[in-house]
Amino acid sequence: MNVIETRLPGIGVRREIVTGSGRRVGIVAQRDGDLDLIISKASDPDACVASIPLTPDEAATIGNLLGSRQLVAQLTEEHRDLPGVSTRQFLIERGSPFDGRPLADTRMRSRSGASLVAVLRSGQVQASPTPDFTLTAGDLLVVVGTSEGLDAAADILRNG
Amino acid sequence: MHTTALTLIELGAILLFLGILGRLAGRIGLSPIPLYLIGGLFFGQGGFIELEGVLEFSEVASEIGVVLLLLLLGLEYTAKELVTGLRQSWLAGIVDFVLNFTPGALVAVILGWGPVAALVMGGVTYISSSGIAAKVIGDLGRLGNRETPTVLAILVFEDLAMAVYLPVLTAVLAGLSFAGGLGTVGISLLVVTLVLIVALRWGNVVSAIVDSSDREVFLLTLIGAALLVAGLASALQVSAAVGAFLLGIAISGATAENAARILEPLRDLFAAIFFVVFGLSTDPSSIPPVLGVALLLALATSVTKIATGWWAAGRQGIGRMGRARAGTALVARGEFSIVIAGLAVTSGAVLPELAALATTYVLLMAVLGPVLARLAEPAMELTDRLPKRRPRAVPANGST
Repeated sequence: MNVIETRLPGIGVRREIVTGSGRRVGIVAQRDGDLDLIISKASDPDACVASIPLTPDEAATIGNLLGSRQLVAQLTEEHRDLPGVSTRQFLIERGSPFDGRPLADTRMRSRSGASLVAVLRSGQVQASPTPDFTLTAGDLLVVVGTSEGLDAAADILRNG
Repeated sequence: MHTTALTLIELGAILLFLGILGRLAGRIGLSPIPLYLIGGLFFGQGGFIELEGVLEFSEVASEIGVVLLLLLLGLEYTAKELVTGLRQSWLAGIVDFVLNFTPGALVAVILGWGPVAALVMGGVTYISSSGIAAKVIGDLGRLGNRETPTVLAILVFEDLAMAVYLPVLTAVLAGLSFAGGLGTVGISLLVVTLVLIVALRWGNVVSAIVDSSDREVFLLTLIGAALLVAGLASALQVSAAVGAFLLGIAISGATAENAARILEPLRDLFAAIFFVVFGLSTDPSSIPPVLGVALLLALATSVTKIATGWWAAGRQGIGRMGRARAGTALVARGEFSIVIAGLAVTSGAVLPELAALATTYVLLMAVLGPVLARLAEPAMELTDRLPKRRPRAVPANGST
C-alpha cells in the first residue's frame, strides 16, 4: 500500500492513502500531538468532507477496529468446520476493571471457557498473548468460543 | 496620584479591555488583531481617553511583543522545512512578491510619499498573516486538503523573505548610505545562511543548550537568549525581529515544541500590547482621509493574493475549487504588516499618514481575509452554476 506523506510546515505531517474508489483517507499528525482523521470529498478530491480530531486513544481504537477485520475473518474461516464456535471482539475501555492489569487476572478461560487468541494494540497484532501480558485501555481483544462462553467473557471484561 | 499607581490602573484597564475585545472576537470567529488596533485607537491621542502613565512601559513591552512574535514564528518551522519549502515554492514565492509588493509601493509613490514609504507600504501589502491563515485553515477543516501544502509553502517563503526584507528596511529607515546599507544586507544574508546551516547540522546542540526540564529555568534561558540575540542583531542594524526569528529556527524538535507551548501565552500578551501601542500612535481623525485609498488598496491586494494562490495551486494540479480556496486563504494581512509599519513609524522616517493607512488597511484585511476564505466555496459554486445556462442552449456532443 502506498502511503503518501506530505509535510505541512508549521503544522505537522499528513499521511494518506488513495483508495480504490479514488478517495483520500489519512491522518494529519499535528506537532502538538493532535491527530485528525481526514476523508476527501467525492465531488472535490482536493477538499475534505471531514477532518475529525482524535485523541491518541481514539485513534488507536479505530486502528484496531480496522485492523481486526482481517484477523476476525480469518479466524471465522478457520472455525467454519466447528459448529457453535465463533469469534468476537471486545474493547478494553478506559475505566475497565482490567485496564493496566495482567491478562492472567481475568481468568477468562477457566471462568467462561472462551479463549483469547489475539490482542490488537495500535493496529499491531499480538498473537497468543501470555498471561503476564498487561492490558490497557484501547486494546481490542479477539476471543474465540461458544456463544454462551463469549457472553460470559463479555461480562467478565465489563464487570471484572 | 502616584505615578506607579496610575500606570498600574491604566495598564490594568487596557488589558481588561483587550480581554473583553478578545472574547468578542472569539465569539464572532474573528482574528482579535483588528479589535486590538481599534482598542489602541480608542485610548490613544485624539481618542476618547488619553493615557500617559503607561506609555513608557508599553513601548518596551511592544518591542518584546515583536521579538516574541518572530521568535515563535521561527519555532514553528524547522530549518529543513524552510529549505525544502524554499526549493519547492520559490517561483510561487516570487510571483507572490511581485504581485503583492507592487500595489502598496505604487500607492505610496502615487501619494508622493517617496521611495522609503514605497518600500514600507510594499512590505505591508506583500506579507500575508500566517497567524490568521493557519487559523482559518485549521478552523475550516482544511488540514487534509490538497491545496493546503501550497498555501503553507507560500507562507513559509514569505516568512523567510521577511528575514531578508526587515534588515533592508531597517538599514533604509536608519538612513544608511547605499554602501552602508549594502553592508548591512550582506551581514544579514550571511547570518541567515549561517543560522540555517547551524540549525540544519547542529540544531540539536542549540536546542540542548537552551533546553531544561525546569520550566522556570527554561523560560528564563529562552527569553534571555531571545532578547540578547534580538538586541545584538539590532545593534548590528540587522533588525531585532530577524535575530529572534533566526534563534527560533535554530531551536528544533521537542525543545521547540516545549518552547512554543510556554511562550505562547506571553507572546499573546505582549503582542496584544504591541498592537495597542501601534493603535495608540495613530490619531483616529487621520483615518477618514485615507479610508478611500485603503479600501482601493484592500480590493486590489485581495485580487492579487487570490491570483497568486490560484496560480500556485493550479501549478500543483489542483482543481478550480481548491485554487479558489488557496487564493482566499492568503488574503488576510495582519501582525507582520503592523510590525513593518511599526518599525517605519517609530523610526520617524515616514509620514504619520502612513501609520493611518497601514492601520486602516490591516483593519480591513484582517476582517476581509477570513470572510473571503469562508465564502470561497459558496461563491465558486454560484459562478459554476451561472455560466452553464448559456452553453446548454447550444447542445454539445454529449459532453458536459
